[in-house]
Amino acid sequence: MSATLLPFEEIVTTHGPTVLRVCRAILGPMDADDAWSETFLAALRAYPTLRPDTNVEAWLVTIAHRKAIDQTRARARRPIAVDHLPERPAPSEASRWDGDLWAAMQALPFKQRVAVTYHYVVGMPYADVATLTGGSEDAARRAAADGIATLRKTYGEGGPR
Amino acid sequence: MMTTHEPREPERSELFVALPAIDEATTRRLHDRLVREAQTAGLLDVAYRTIDSPVGPLLLAATVKGLVRVAYRCEDHERVLESLARDLSPRILHAPARLDTVAKEIDEYFAGLRHGFDVPVDFSLARGFRRRVLTHLGTISYGQTASYAAVAVAAGNPKAVRAVGTACATNPLPVVVPCHRVVRSDGTIGEYVGGVDAKRALLTLEGAA
Repeated sequence: MSATLLPFEEIVTTHGPTVLRVCRAILGPMDADDAWSETFLAALRAYPTLRPDTNVEAWLVTIAHRKAIDQTRARARRPIAVDHLPERPAPSEASRWDGDLWAAMQALPFKQRVAVTYHYVVGMPYADVATLTGGSEDAARRAAADGIATLRKTYGEGGPR
Repeated sequence: MMTTHEPREPERSELFVALPAIDEATTRRLHDRLVREAQTAGLLDVAYRTIDSPVGPLLLAATVKGLVRVAYRCEDHERVLESLARDLSPRILHAPARLDTVAKEIDEYFAGLRHGFDVPVDFSLARGFRRRVLTHLGTISYGQTASYAAVAVAAGNPKAVRAVGTACATNPLPVVVPCHRVVRSDGTIGEYVGGVDAKRALLTLEGAA
């Protein structure tokens, strides 16, 4: 029997947490919810035409990457950062979350932030990171190394090493 | 597009190892929002939930047209969902709200307060003669039974007794489409998609056994 697509619910259960970590790592906890929701809604729309043998995690991260770029651009256009939607519940966990690490991530240039996220948070090999972000494998490796070096300086003390 | 993942490098977890798992509340909040937005965007092709009943947990699934599947535990809910993904659409989410009315009516039925179901049903999973049999089953009233042979006659093909049996055995909507009211001509109970015990329980509930 040929492979068939799993119910989308299983995709959400299996990959939801990783995609949320990606969104938080790239955008910070406040904007992560929006990016996560947009990612899964776009994925749900396209899902019936997905080839059943696709690497679903990589596919979702690719969508999340595009949404993160959109959000980063939208954020740059926003006037001032007093614009968190008021009805959004306080992210119960974001406060418990390692805020310092995410703050340190936010301080990285976008290129480094995504390279660090895809390689270190998702576990993607640099060749795949390069496919996703454009540029060479070496460039991806350098961006991640530079990002990690900065994180060690800005976040390192007191943090897990 | 993507190459296969090489072994994850040990340095991977060093800085990020302390990140806590995503908590329940966050997961639920995001899932609820996805269901809401999928529904609004017309992307929730199949909604499902499970309910408890005196004959065990039942899986309920609905398309926008109506209730499309009721499944007993013995049918294996996970496999049923996989077959819905294959036969209807993989855009399936756990979305109880669409099934609130059905769940309420089934509860009332098992409490003996309801003798028929008013919810719209979607017969997409049954075709041809099987569908004809299933639509006819609705005419066997609560508390009554009919033989496979009688149903074959009523469905317009007196020779198709065995096919009636198959239609009942593959009824995608047991309980709601009352295939449990079809019994053998010799008066024995016959087989049932949810097992003979469940069939007997339903007929006893209805006062027909």
